[in-house]
Amino acid sequence: MLTVSPSPHYQTDTNTRKLMCNVLIALIPAFVFSIVVFGVSALISTLTAVISCVFFEFAISKWLFKDEEYSVKDCSAIITGVLLSFNLPNTLPLWMVVIGSLVAIGIAKMSFGGLGCNIFNPALVGRVFLLVSFPADMTTWSKVQDYGTIDGTTGATPLGLIKESIMSGKTLSQIDLPSMQDMFLGNIGGSFGEISVIALVIGGIYLLCTRTITWHIPVSVLGSMFILSGIMFVVNPELNANPLIHICSGGAMLGAIFMATDYSTSPMTSLGKIIFGIGIGVITIIIRKFGAYPEGMSFAILIMNAIVPLINKIKPHRYGAKK
Amino acid sequence: MTIVHSILLLCIIGVIAGFALYFVAKKFKTDENPLYGEVESMLPGANCGGCGFPGCKKFAQMLVDSPSLEGLNCTAGGSETMNKIGEFLGKSVQKAEMRVAVVKCKGSCDKRPKTVNFEGISSCAFVATQISSDTGCSFGCIGLGDCERACQFGGIKINPETKLPEFDSKICTACGQCAEVCPRHIIELRKTNKKDMKIYVGCSNKDKGAVARKACTAACIGCGKCAKVCANEAITVTDFLAYIDPEKCKLCRKCVEECPTGAIIETNFPPRKKKEETTN
Amino acid sequence: MKTFHIGGIHPKENKLSKGKKIEIAPLPQVVTIPMAQHIGKPANPIVAVGDTVKVGTKIGESSGFVSANIFSSVSGTVEKIDFFPNIAGFKQQMIVIKSDGTDTWEDTIDRTDTIVNNMDFTADEIKAKITEAGIVGMGGATFPLGVKLSPPPGIVIDTLLINGAECEPYLTADHALMLEKAEEICIGVELLKKVLNVSTAKIGIENNKPDAIENMTKTAAKFSGIEVVPLKVKYPQGSEKHLIQALTGREVPSGQLPGSIGCVVSNIATTFAVYEAVEKNKPLFERVVTVTGTALQNPSNLLVRMGTSTADVLAAVGGIPENTAKVISGGPMMGKAIQNLDVPIMKGSSGVLCMTEEEAHRHKESNCIRCGRCVDACPMGLEPYLFYALSKRKMLTELNEHNIRDCFECGSCSFSCPAHKPLLDYIRLGKANVMQMIKKQEAEKAQQQEKK
Repeated sequence: MLTVSPSPHYQTDTNTRKLMCNVLIALIPAFVFSIVVFGVSALISTLTAVISCVFFEFAISKWLFKDEEYSVKDCSAIITGVLLSFNLPNTLPLWMVVIGSLVAIGIAKMSFGGLGCNIFNPALVGRVFLLVSFPADMTTWSKVQDYGTIDGTTGATPLGLIKESIMSGKTLSQIDLPSMQDMFLGNIGGSFGEISVIALVIGGIYLLCTRTITWHIPVSVLGSMFILSGIMFVVNPELNANPLIHICSGGAMLGAIFMATDYSTSPMTSLGKIIFGIGIGVITIIIRKFGAYPEGMSFAILIMNAIVPLINKIKPHRYGAKK
Repeated sequence: MTIVHSILLLCIIGVIAGFALYFVAKKFKTDENPLYGEVESMLPGANCGGCGFPGCKKFAQMLVDSPSLEGLNCTAGGSETMNKIGEFLGKSVQKAEMRVAVVKCKGSCDKRPKTVNFEGISSCAFVATQISSDTGCSFGCIGLGDCERACQFGGIKINPETKLPEFDSKICTACGQCAEVCPRHIIELRKTNKKDMKIYVGCSNKDKGAVARKACTAACIGCGKCAKVCANEAITVTDFLAYIDPEKCKLCRKCVEECPTGAIIETNFPPRKKKEETTN
Repeated sequence: MKTFHIGGIHPKENKLSKGKKIEIAPLPQVVTIPMAQHIGKPANPIVAVGDTVKVGTKIGESSGFVSANIFSSVSGTVEKIDFFPNIAGFKQQMIVIKSDGTDTWEDTIDRTDTIVNNMDFTADEIKAKITEAGIVGMGGATFPLGVKLSPPPGIVIDTLLINGAECEPYLTADHALMLEKAEEICIGVELLKKVLNVSTAKIGIENNKPDAIENMTKTAAKFSGIEVVPLKVKYPQGSEKHLIQALTGREVPSGQLPGSIGCVVSNIATTFAVYEAVEKNKPLFERVVTVTGTALQNPSNLLVRMGTSTADVLAAVGGIPENTAKVISGGPMMGKAIQNLDVPIMKGSSGVLCMTEEEAHRHKESNCIRCGRCVDACPMGLEPYLFYALSKRKMLTELNEHNIRDCFECGSCSFSCPAHKPLLDYIRLGKANVMQMIKKQEAEKAQQQEKK
């Protein structure tokens, strides 16, 4: 008996799981780096987040949705777990990590209907939930351990240092910021996954090469941050940090490459993606400069996530449209 | 002190908002015949469109406004509802005949073997545009349940074994939604009686007898035996397909026995001992 | 390198029969010739059962403006004139001719191999010959060429484009023609230029066929005003609208034909048929068909008579492979899966593709992750994911507002979807529903006007 189906009779070999696995592979350098820097605590925290995320997704799809096919198989819960843990400081108690996972998967993802239906980035919702619930625990970074020949330096993040000193009336030349080289390699304080620019960029290049993501969002996020902070730096270099510090510190790289590019919560069209990216960049810099928190990447991404349905109203250029 | 302030403030806001709402409601009030609402509340509220109007509200307006209730019938509510409304409005109600939906196909999986394996979305309307049929018969039921989804009363279920729709005539209101969506046009609204006894041809195949028979063992092959045996001249055969006129049929069941392929369907008759049962 | 600007995909090429010479398929015993091998009205049979016909005898008369003549492809007797299932299984009128094995051609046809380059015809004579020979667009759309060459008054044609893109995976029929019949194709282009009264013609060829580009460029140099343009490989470059954009930069306005911006596009095979019809008096009764598939022993480019059954064509290349689960008429992107192997080769059949059990079935569907790949892939700049959602919910007005009718069903969206959603299925369903709705609305409007 012949099979008959409407055209096309050809389908791409890529599938959701392969895309998700690509993202996981791209996260490996940053993961390895976090273990090198923070030791076994990074491994334990990440494992806790991943296992609890996968468990919550499995449990919800099995006992609440009563699905026959469990969505866990597509690996997206693992990504949520890894990204959540990458956004947490190493001192955070493990039970908080589990609560973060529950919020990320249960509230941000599954309550909207599961993969592809969520409006907000699950990992970021989990992170922000923890940040507003346990602000003290979420902003305490321990001193970085020595690794290799490089000495560990500071307990606070560079952005935290800047915010603190400017609030207390100092100018930037008066404070001791880590060198650009340290920031680039990751010899600074911060959350598990966000400290090493180089590891994240390697992952980003891998994602671009495998066409898992397009260049639009990372470039527009980092570009707009660079330009806006650059303008502020030129106006007053004493009160505003160097644009390079801005794009190399905090969650900028992790956010631009891995969080903002989440498929479900980013716009569909190329133009939409650029607008989305610029929005994130601008809001991040505004929060960093004028907000109460030293870092605004997660808030910026969540705010722009909310606007995505509106951005999706922008139509791509249509062939033969009447001008 | 703060608490007192807050409470006071809330009270003031409440009073202001209350006044605002009152004036807005007064200003934008529309006058509507109160009968509309009352009649509408008597209707089932299914908005099925079986009456021919877009929704129960429009139908209620029509019932109130039109001088007589002739030609107006709520299929979903049935005569009970119409009588109640007629009484309420003081208008006489025409007696509507009872009808239910039937599917004119008996081609279950075992009777009508598949000739190709179709892969595509589960929509009869889509399949009908793409291929003639995945069986040898291009007239019969596709079995993907467009009618099941169209029925608002849950009166249609696709039997997973036969892949044919089954109608619950107790639920069926003869609104005609299923007949409208069926791309093969094999659903008919047929006259029935209180016991839901009816006889109809369960086939829509217009191919020549041999072709139809090859495609489906339960096909009407247009042999005309039923037409010959019918005493009331209710049966006509056109395009190799028999049709039983429900107005002329006296439910004698002779044709059912005569049909060589068993394509004629009878429903809710008592077991075949008392041969000459005629009702209606 | 030139290409169209919006969307497009890069499916695996799989041109298995690349570089194979055109072979002549064995003469079929019986041919079943459909009366509807083109878009428009089916032809009317003008022979009766029992009549003797030669190769090239007209057996079906064009029945309207958009219609085409049909010719016998074997010599023998007419056995049956009846309704048989076509590719999709719908019944259509077809003429069955039993071959007498002698292969006697009509006397008027020039069967020699000599290349004739006679330009003494007037434009009207050429057009009449093309129309008479029953030539239709042989790329798959099967629009009668005679109609294309007669633009309605007020429209000036200034550009002739020849489509040698052959962007469908697997297919190599046009490629083989360009390698072997370059001069004939160029003469065909000259003839079309004369009909349309244009001075230049552009032949667009994707650069995955460097030998064809070289051969055509070399041959075109002998003629004046034929330019060969290499194109970047991208599907669906062979679509009329996209070839126009790639070669001229113009866009055909939504809902209009290429003629409205002064373009006429003709396919390579069609152009070759024009040459044969005008210079050799040979009507359209045979064509080059790519017979291919990964499991096939000998993928080939065959010269096949119209009406030969698919089974016979497959037998000519060593029979149908055992694990074949799907046979497609045309390419894998826009071709149609056939229901049974008796379906005949027609004017628009550019290929016969056998897919194995592993290749034939659709991948399993999963949740849409809103990655936007369908939007990036759509060459018309539409939003397939939106059509999917709206079509599922039967929101017809919205579908129409988002220009679902612009979709020409190239399949790029379904191809690129990582969740393997049958996007195009839903778009087709939505399109059919929208058309129905519009028809209904128009009928209502007409009724209201009548009342007034």
